[in-house]
Amino acid sequence: MGAFNMKKEHIILGIETSCDETAVAIVKNGKEIIANVVSSQIESHKRFGGVVPEIASRHHVEQITVVIEEAMSQSKLSWVDIDAIAVTEGPGLVGALLIGMHAAKALALVNNKPLIGVHHIAGHIYANRLESEFEFPLLALIVSGGHTELVIMKAHGEYDVIGSTRDDAAGEAFDKVARMLNLPYPGGPHIDRLASESDATIDFPRAWLEEDSYDFSFSGLKSSVINYIHNATQRGEDIQKEKIAASFQASVVEVLVEKTYKAAQEYNVKDVIVAGGVAANNGLRSSLEERFKNSEQKLHIPPLHLCTDNAAMIAAAGSISYEQGKFASMNLNARPSLRLSSK
Amino acid sequence: MNILAINTSSYRLGIALLKDDLTIGVHETYVKVNQSTRAMPAIERLLKDVHMNANEIDQIVVAEGPGSFTGIRIGVTIAKTMAWALNIPIIGVSTLQALAYQGVSYEDKVLVPFFDARRKRVYSGAYMWGNGELTSVIKDKNVEMELWLKELQTLGQELVFLSPDLEEFRLDIRSICHEQAIFPSLPFHRVDPVHVALVGKMNKPEQVHTFVPKYLRMAEAEKKWLEEQGALLDE
Ligand SMILES: [Zn+2]
Repeated sequence: MGAFNMKKEHIILGIETSCDETAVAIVKNGKEIIANVVSSQIESHKRFGGVVPEIASRHHVEQITVVIEEAMSQSKLSWVDIDAIAVTEGPGLVGALLIGMHAAKALALVNNKPLIGVHHIAGHIYANRLESEFEFPLLALIVSGGHTELVIMKAHGEYDVIGSTRDDAAGEAFDKVARMLNLPYPGGPHIDRLASESDATIDFPRAWLEEDSYDFSFSGLKSSVINYIHNATQRGEDIQKEKIAASFQASVVEVLVEKTYKAAQEYNVKDVIVAGGVAANNGLRSSLEERFKNSEQKLHIPPLHLCTDNAAMIAAAGSISYEQGKFASMNLNARPSLRLSSK
Repeated sequence: MNILAINTSSYRLGIALLKDDLTIGVHETYVKVNQSTRAMPAIERLLKDVHMNANEIDQIVVAEGPGSFTGIRIGVTIAKTMAWALNIPIIGVSTLQALAYQGVSYEDKVLVPFFDARRKRVYSGAYMWGNGELTSVIKDKNVEMELWLKELQTLGQELVFLSPDLEEFRLDIRSICHEQAIFPSLPFHRVDPVHVALVGKMNKPEQVHTFVPKYLRMAEAEKKWLEEQGALLDE
């Protein structure tokens, strides 16, 4: 696609449908949000205790043009002002991804705009650039229901994954423990709330793995929590949800914070950014702030509305591809297990 | 008036461009390859081949289902977004009615288009051509094939079966409907995207925002959930 002239000043329309949010946003120069619309399906999935892929896909089709229209009208722009269409190509639920992808392709074709495929995690990282400019080298901790990763960036659009989870994602562990404690879906915020009401007095394990590893593992911790609840029930004891939540959260947070801190020193980074849904967790936010209080690195945690899935982050990440002239063609495919890499 | 017709309801992909009643371009492929990488390149290519800009399209007609859930969602999403962006009418067409169009030479006989819906079930309905109109006789549904054939058999009329999945059901059809069953020759068992456009002429435009695929089947999780609610009510 060489036919498009890149401009220094540019406005990108982003679309995100990788899970259960139908989102469209318009962002200027990768930094300034002009419009940001998120339509959440969470109420519809609650009764199933988790996101049902087929139902998510059905809702995306119902919402997609409504959300695009709302973003365009919020922005008060017209199509001549939009320079490119960016869309999440993966990872995520394939049926859900396909809706955003085909809406993006249709908009690109009709309005003769370049199309940009964006990695969902790159989006989470770039949510931070909507708040303040990056300083490289940079370390990103990505923690969500699907991801737990440590990524080093030496320049825009270059990602070096130095650690990732070997089993459950952090957010997944939160949801599973919440289910064991009979907390409603999504469980993360409930664990966070209960944790604030108790001290972490149960000694659940910390999975440090090998000395030099930045990988994570949360399945052992999950099993410990199951065993603890099981044994307590066997003995006819009361399940103290607050105590379990606080102790579980303390274990997850300590590993996340320490590995992030160690990586920040080893790679001598300037910025540390936190991204993804679990970045909304108060326990994690305050422990990170405490740990990096007197350090060389600047810690950036985005505001809550930019931690959860949104399309402003997709447009912001798409902005880098736009500047680098990395465009996709109409055969761009949804890639449910796309890996983060420099391409 | 330039009409774009889209059928992505199975792995069979069909795109057609018409100027009023005249076909000016068709793109069809029947390979079992991911629909998602093929649909938009096909539309882009076809427009280019007939020297038409996307913004010269005046109306979009889309096969709204039944069919593969993912497939019909892709078609409907493309159609909705293009129709919205171009501010032009969008028309939904039953994939089964588009297939029934193939029975145009069997006037006054009952046309039975169907698609395999797995587990011995089909998506099907009954249609009839008369006075240049293709009308629905029995509504589209997702039904167990054996029950459906018995229902059709009691109509006491000749039945013209049309389906890309005919071979899987040919013996069942013969054993229940006997000599009532008529099987046209092979080329008539596919959904022609031109027929999608022509059936569209008989339908009214839809509201773009609220237009959704006609799945004719609940999501498994939803069905299970409703059953559980029912069970709870019974207790
Ligand atoms: Zn996410």
